[in-house]
Amino acid sequence: MTAHPGTADTAAKIVPQDVPAHASAGGTEAPVFYETKEHHAESSTMLGFWIYLMSDALIFAVLFATYGVLGRNYAAGPSPADLFDLPLIALNTALLLFSSITYGVAMLEVEKRRMGLTLFWLGVTGLFGLGFLGIELYEFHHLIEQGAGPQRSAFLSAFFALVGTHGLHVTFGIIWLVTLMFQLPKRGFIPENRRRLLCLGMFWHFLDVIWIGVFTFVYLMGVLLA
Amino acid sequence: MLLIIVPVIALTLIFARRYRADNKDAVYDPDWHHSTQLEVVIWTAPLLIIIALGAITWLATHTLDPYRPLTRIDGEQALPADAKHLDIQVVALDWKWLFFYPELGIASVNELAAPVDVPVSFKITSATVMNSFFIPALAGQVYAMAGMQTQLHAVINEEGVYNGFSANYSGSGFSRMNFAFHGMSQEGFDQWVAKVKREGKNLDRAAFMWLEKPSEQAPVQYFATVENGLYDAVLNMCVAPGKMCMSEMHHIDAMGGAGTESHENRERLQYDNHRAEHGDEASGATFPASGRPPRSGDVQPEGMKPDAVAPEANQPQSEPDAHQGHGVPGSPDTPAPAQLNDKPN
Amino acid sequence: MFSDPDVQQFIFGRLTWEAIPYHDPILLMTFVAVALGGIALLGAVTYFGKWGYLWNEWFTSVDHKKIGIMYGILAIVMLLRGFADAIMMLTQKAIAFGPNEGYLPPHHFDQVFTAHGVIMIFFFAMPLVTAVMNFVMPLQIGARDVAFPFLNNFSFWMTAGGAAITMLSLFVGEFARTGWLAYPPLSGAAYSPGVGVDYYIWGLQVAGVGTTLSGINLIATIVKMRAPGMTMMKLPVFTWTTLCTNILIVAAFPVLTATLTLLTLDRYVGTHFFTNDLGGNPMMYINLIWIWGHPEVYILILPAFGIFSEVVSTFCGKRLFGYASMVYATVVITILSYLVWLHHFFTMGSGASVNAFFGITTMIISIPTGAKIFNWLFTMYRGRIRYEVPMLWTIGFMVTFVIGGMTGVLLAVPPADFVLHNGLFLIAHFHNVIIGGVVFGLMAGINYWWPKAFGYKLDHFWGATSFWFWLTGFYFTFMPMYVLGLMGVTRRLNHFDDPSLQIWFMISTFGACLIALGIATFIIQMVVSFMRRHELRDVTGDPWQGRTLEWSTSSPPPDYNFAFTPVIHDLDAWWDMKRRGHSRPTEGYRPIHMPKNTSTGIFLSGLSTVLAFALIWYIWWLAAASFIGLLVVAIAHTFNYKRDFYIPAEEVMRSENRRNQALAAE
Repeated sequence: MTAHPGTADTAAKIVPQDVPAHASAGGTEAPVFYETKEHHAESSTMLGFWIYLMSDALIFAVLFATYGVLGRNYAAGPSPADLFDLPLIALNTALLLFSSITYGVAMLEVEKRRMGLTLFWLGVTGLFGLGFLGIELYEFHHLIEQGAGPQRSAFLSAFFALVGTHGLHVTFGIIWLVTLMFQLPKRGFIPENRRRLLCLGMFWHFLDVIWIGVFTFVYLMGVLLA
Repeated sequence: MLLIIVPVIALTLIFARRYRADNKDAVYDPDWHHSTQLEVVIWTAPLLIIIALGAITWLATHTLDPYRPLTRIDGEQALPADAKHLDIQVVALDWKWLFFYPELGIASVNELAAPVDVPVSFKITSATVMNSFFIPALAGQVYAMAGMQTQLHAVINEEGVYNGFSANYSGSGFSRMNFAFHGMSQEGFDQWVAKVKREGKNLDRAAFMWLEKPSEQAPVQYFATVENGLYDAVLNMCVAPGKMCMSEMHHIDAMGGAGTESHENRERLQYDNHRAEHGDEASGATFPASGRPPRSGDVQPEGMKPDAVAPEANQPQSEPDAHQGHGVPGSPDTPAPAQLNDKPN
Repeated sequence: MFSDPDVQQFIFGRLTWEAIPYHDPILLMTFVAVALGGIALLGAVTYFGKWGYLWNEWFTSVDHKKIGIMYGILAIVMLLRGFADAIMMLTQKAIAFGPNEGYLPPHHFDQVFTAHGVIMIFFFAMPLVTAVMNFVMPLQIGARDVAFPFLNNFSFWMTAGGAAITMLSLFVGEFARTGWLAYPPLSGAAYSPGVGVDYYIWGLQVAGVGTTLSGINLIATIVKMRAPGMTMMKLPVFTWTTLCTNILIVAAFPVLTATLTLLTLDRYVGTHFFTNDLGGNPMMYINLIWIWGHPEVYILILPAFGIFSEVVSTFCGKRLFGYASMVYATVVITILSYLVWLHHFFTMGSGASVNAFFGITTMIISIPTGAKIFNWLFTMYRGRIRYEVPMLWTIGFMVTFVIGGMTGVLLAVPPADFVLHNGLFLIAHFHNVIIGGVVFGLMAGINYWWPKAFGYKLDHFWGATSFWFWLTGFYFTFMPMYVLGLMGVTRRLNHFDDPSLQIWFMISTFGACLIALGIATFIIQMVVSFMRRHELRDVTGDPWQGRTLEWSTSSPPPDYNFAFTPVIHDLDAWWDMKRRGHSRPTEGYRPIHMPKNTSTGIFLSGLSTVLAFALIWYIWWLAAASFIGLLVVAIAHTFNYKRDFYIPAEEVMRSENRRNQALAAE
């Protein structure tokens, strides 16, 4: 595995010579050791953002694990079956999933460089996101009103931490979305803005994936397997 | 392991000397950087050692598992099948140890005794933060955690007085959370039990609640009688009147919870904050309980969590020794309702 | 000040004059010393008119080399604090026998050992490791900066902010009295109601953000910005260990962040994650914190392994023995480090099979580690070893570390651990591997790369003196602790009854004094070298006959690192270039694309520090204000699109010509 030659253009210039015992790619005359043309490293943003998302996924992994451990510790209090309103949460889930679709539509418009429609679909995405948050806040309010706040039991602590962290992420996603909706018309479809849209897209879809986990693991399994 | 360590250290020093730059006699071979045979050796030799060590570890971990009842009294003699055991229940308090002898109906603080060559089965819990029950001369340590019970099986083979302590930091009184462990002959142990019964007081719920208040360097105390089911109540965090036992909570939870109309259960299950409510927050206890004068910084100068601590938190409650061990001095609470005294399942 | 307590509480939260420990002579003296030192420093900077220089050239710099150096300065300052804690602990232990209570009451002593652990791990070892990675790695792969230069600056300032919060607890309020991992329920609201644990939490959270982002940054740099021809199996070993370390950081620090957040919720909101009551589970915290904590020790040691690999092959004048197995060993350690966390609490009652499993996985780690030791050993074999200071540290490491490794395997055997757990044997073991491994490695690294960073070598005499003080000091301090541990003495005790133990603690304290001399001579070494910098100057940029790319550029390197990006054909790229006769082009320079400096990082970190302070003291209005400030600054930063510029070709030519002339004059 140490035998890979250099990049194609440099390897072409290398001719075997009195190879030192270890050298896998030697040359009779000194090979090219310096890149004299403009050298541009490719952008690392997408990779970096991807790694960030993985680290964020680990935070959620801890919260899921916590819920897994504490999720049945009701402290002689209410259980998921007593508390969760599945139709409402299904509506909530639908809102978030639709917002991912509309974000995808917005990205299609970006490809066609149509500013108005891009902004329109981003706006729709944001509204779906706000709707999701609104329902979540209503649910939290309703739970706390019933005396089922995060202080009631370890199960509710873990529930509020997991769902609330997801909700915070959505909130920051919306702030980011609004910021981009200002920056887009100001600067146009310049590479920086397209890159930011791609990153926000990854973030948004990532939150969708997490939510599917929350919906299945917390809500569906909580109510149906009770 | 020394099989690897000693040659490595020796070779390091030999190579370091032999191949120093000013030793021109030594071979210099700047391109020598690979040897398949050598690589095989340096990976397999440690591997073989670890395989052997791993096998020993697996067996030893199971043989010496503290949860496993003893099968031998010592190196020479196996345990007879009909041998009698001594049960001892251990409770870590702030910052002292309480030992129950359920078969004898007695209890003691900061003094533990057991006859030699009789297997002891410890059940360990805590009424406060995590501690670690450790008597180096007797056996390894095991954590003591509130609401949970850990186990340790051990036997002492020689008479003597041994040191026991908490091996896991638990707050300001931790350094003096020591007790004496007496390995005694059977007669000596019987006499000790008689002494406990003669000198001891009664340990009921109210007395326990006095006892568990934070104190340092608590003196040895004996209890000739112990209220029925007290250890189980401690283990289930329901000594205080009106509290729900953990076992009952687990039972309710396993049945799917108690529904939304169960607000009063929250109050009945609150445990950690009872100390703050009663005005004896842990860290401030250094001064009154140990009898040592307060030093600068001993009282908490910084803000407390609002509403969590009564203003008199750091005041001396009263002369501690006057109360400890006496029945129900000054206890404001009535005993727990009868149904709470039930032994947990 | 305010007669109405409600108004006062609104403005200052729970912060009152009582929080200032003016009644404690030790803290008061420390405060006076720190204040005088601080005023003198600020005064000097003002007097010499250096504020503009510091701000423009350093604080707002996005240059990975300068950020690396700033990390180093932070780490060394924090080393002094952490070491002061160590000396206080040991002297207390050496005198507090029988009727003698010593001079540190539990309230104070418990903060000291907590602060010692937290500071040494998070604010000494981590920043110094990051310093070396940040400075060296981009140079080793032939890059001009890291992938996200702004993020790098921001990460540094967040680490500094965390350190500032931790230091502040010395003079305003108190630090945690819980041990460096703050196990609940002791660290919960009911048992630790004061601000100590809150300082702990927020200090680590602020620094943790920086560490995680820095990890992402360095991974992206290694993956995307290697010079042409540098395949993964041609990476210098130090870069390999940097890659693995940063993967560990990104895969471990989020766990710490989440765990501490849950503890925060327990303390601030009244949730029940780790409480005894209402269904909480403190054991979960202990599992989670060690799922972060065990990889953390490999985060520290892997770069040290990388440094030793570079040092050994350079000073033996020889290629590293078994490069491929070195790389595989590093990767195997990276993976295994996630499978051993439970060995930190065999005594919790997990059952024999679980304990045995984790004991054996722990032992398996010693196989790749052993392979590494052998590889260094056989690199020395048939070498020409030059005993420069970095090589001294390396030999000291190889001898010391194997002892720590052996005691580590011993502790991994659960039945042995039941007796040695939480004892001084354990303390001796991890100081053996952290001082003997991490600190020795970092000292080797500092001596090795100093000429690259500053253009002159460090003084040999003082360097060797420092090494010998550290080495003997280490053995004097920690060998007695092994003995005490075997006698069943547990840790974190501030008083003993058994007078026969005292002699061991006195030897230990004597050893700590030797280490103090080691630190002092290290500082003298830096000062003396600075004074003699003209004598010690290195013009070639390659003072040690190095093998990797960082030695191919000038010392200190220009802002852009390399005027022409090097092309790699072999491992030990610079050695290869030298032996096959490279020639550096002296014309045809092009403008170089570089990132611009920015002050956003320092503002964001400053606001985070204020936010943390406000949350610690329940000053809610300030918390809200600083949080909004954070959002505004962060969003405003995204409206700035002009983040780069070109260094003109003429300027590159000028600086390269200066170097060529200097080289010709040699």
